[in-house]
Amino acid sequence: MNKIVPVLTVLAVLIVIWYAAAVKMNSTWTFDQAERAGTEVSFSELVTDTMSQTRPLLPAPHQIATELWKTTVEKKITSKRSMIYQGSITLKTTLLGFGFGIVIGIALATVIVLSRVGRLTLMPWAIISQTIPIVALAPIIVVLSNAAGTGTLMVPKAIIAAYLSFYPVLVSMVKGLSSPDQMQLDLLKTYGASQRDVFWKLRLPSSMPYFFASLKVSVAAAFVGAVVAELSTSAIAGLGARMLIGSQFGEPMIMWAALFAAAILAAILIFLVGGFEKLARYMMGGRAV
Amino acid sequence: MKKPVIDAQAVDLTFQTGDGPVHALKDVNLQINKGDFVSFIGPSGCGKTTFLRCIAGLETPTGGKLTVNGISPEEARKSRAYGYVFQAAGLYPWRTIAGNIKLPLEIMEFPKADQEKRVEKVLELVDLKGFGKKYPWQLSGGMQQRASIARALAFDAEILLMDEPFGALDEIVRDKLNEEVLRLWAATNKTIGFVTHSIPEAVYLSTKIVVMSPRPGRITDVIDSPLPKERPLEIRDTPEFIEIAHRVRDGLRAGHDL
Repeated sequence: MNKIVPVLTVLAVLIVIWYAAAVKMNSTWTFDQAERAGTEVSFSELVTDTMSQTRPLLPAPHQIATELWKTTVEKKITSKRSMIYQGSITLKTTLLGFGFGIVIGIALATVIVLSRVGRLTLMPWAIISQTIPIVALAPIIVVLSNAAGTGTLMVPKAIIAAYLSFYPVLVSMVKGLSSPDQMQLDLLKTYGASQRDVFWKLRLPSSMPYFFASLKVSVAAAFVGAVVAELSTSAIAGLGARMLIGSQFGEPMIMWAALFAAAILAAILIFLVGGFEKLARYMMGGRAV
Repeated sequence: MKKPVIDAQAVDLTFQTGDGPVHALKDVNLQINKGDFVSFIGPSGCGKTTFLRCIAGLETPTGGKLTVNGISPEEARKSRAYGYVFQAAGLYPWRTIAGNIKLPLEIMEFPKADQEKRVEKVLELVDLKGFGKKYPWQLSGGMQQRASIARALAFDAEILLMDEPFGALDEIVRDKLNEEVLRLWAATNKTIGFVTHSIPEAVYLSTKIVVMSPRPGRITDVIDSPLPKERPLEIRDTPEFIEIAHRVRDGLRAGHDL
């Protein structure tokens, strides 16, 4: 309860500001219309009109909520206009990219921690990879994966999502795998442990808290990657494509509804990953938090 | 004459550091027999921990001859000749106490059923029976250190090396653990090497006290304790005990004046 009150307060303030902004921004159109018709607009007329335009500059919150309701609950899931259908495509891309990102991140971190050569050669490239704007890289990835004969857009989209999501995992895992101190390593040495034992019994379990902490960042990055991929690969499906269509065809409702659907989906993903993290911590003997 | 378990002859160790070479050990000669309880005492930087690490094969002497069970420390380490207890318990937080004790057994590939039996046995030995299923954070510092001793005992090595195992514990807990170590030693008849800062601890526990001094790290005195094997805590008030403690203190002071 104590957590909810501040959140709701901020939300209420935001909504008030939003309504005020909607009235202000959409009023231009209302005044234009009134001028052409040669009529005067009263304040109450202004408010009602700015709240109910079909193509407002800034839709009011309840308009977005209505549009979301229509495109999720009332539309059939198979319909191209359903946000659930579009969201499921984005979700699939995100999860694929997230999965690849985790695997690549862990694999690279392992090589970097276990071998000096890996540390010297791979780490700088991993850092450089994140300085290239993904929007510039996306079309190249599409062309290359088409040339490689992958057929669908799903593969390049997942690659783009993975491209963003592997990095947090990599950085955290490098830190986590190198976290055991000299005493811990010496202890295993006194048992005559092999490198393999050191990795599986000490380094990997020690890195888990770092790994879980990186998952939340990583899943968010994968999601951003998926949406950016949809925006920049001339995809026709997915929440990113919906946003683009909304903006290109002058349908602000679609654009805003897709944006909110994306935000809600991202929140759900982060919430689920957070829950998984708590569960895993508990399984590894941690104190209940 | 029986061969010593640990035999150091003119052992030298120089570390190469950024500020030039550091002479950590100089001309160390020492024989430790089976069943001895040997304490190494001296101020920081006297090389007592370094010497223990040499015995364990974690450092390699740059000169002289050092053998453990007649073979090199490196080979002895690989043949799992000793258990090592560090200053910090270093238990894995993601394993239960029993899981932690099993760690060396898993690495040394003891059969599963044997592992369980050994865990039970050593838990009883260190008086932690019934705590196997607990996680380290549920135990006090003293209990954690006992668990780490149990871990070092689990695979039945002949030698037990302890590097200031009770240094981070308070005096009351330390007294109790000292008594327990003596009981353990009597029960298992192991050869023990024990590094400490504390004069009473060294005198109370040892059959042989090695006094060391720094720059360069070397042995200044070796005292064979005349105290009986059976030692209640009250023995620390007897004239014999005080006399040995006095000699240790003199040795430490002499080393400092040089």
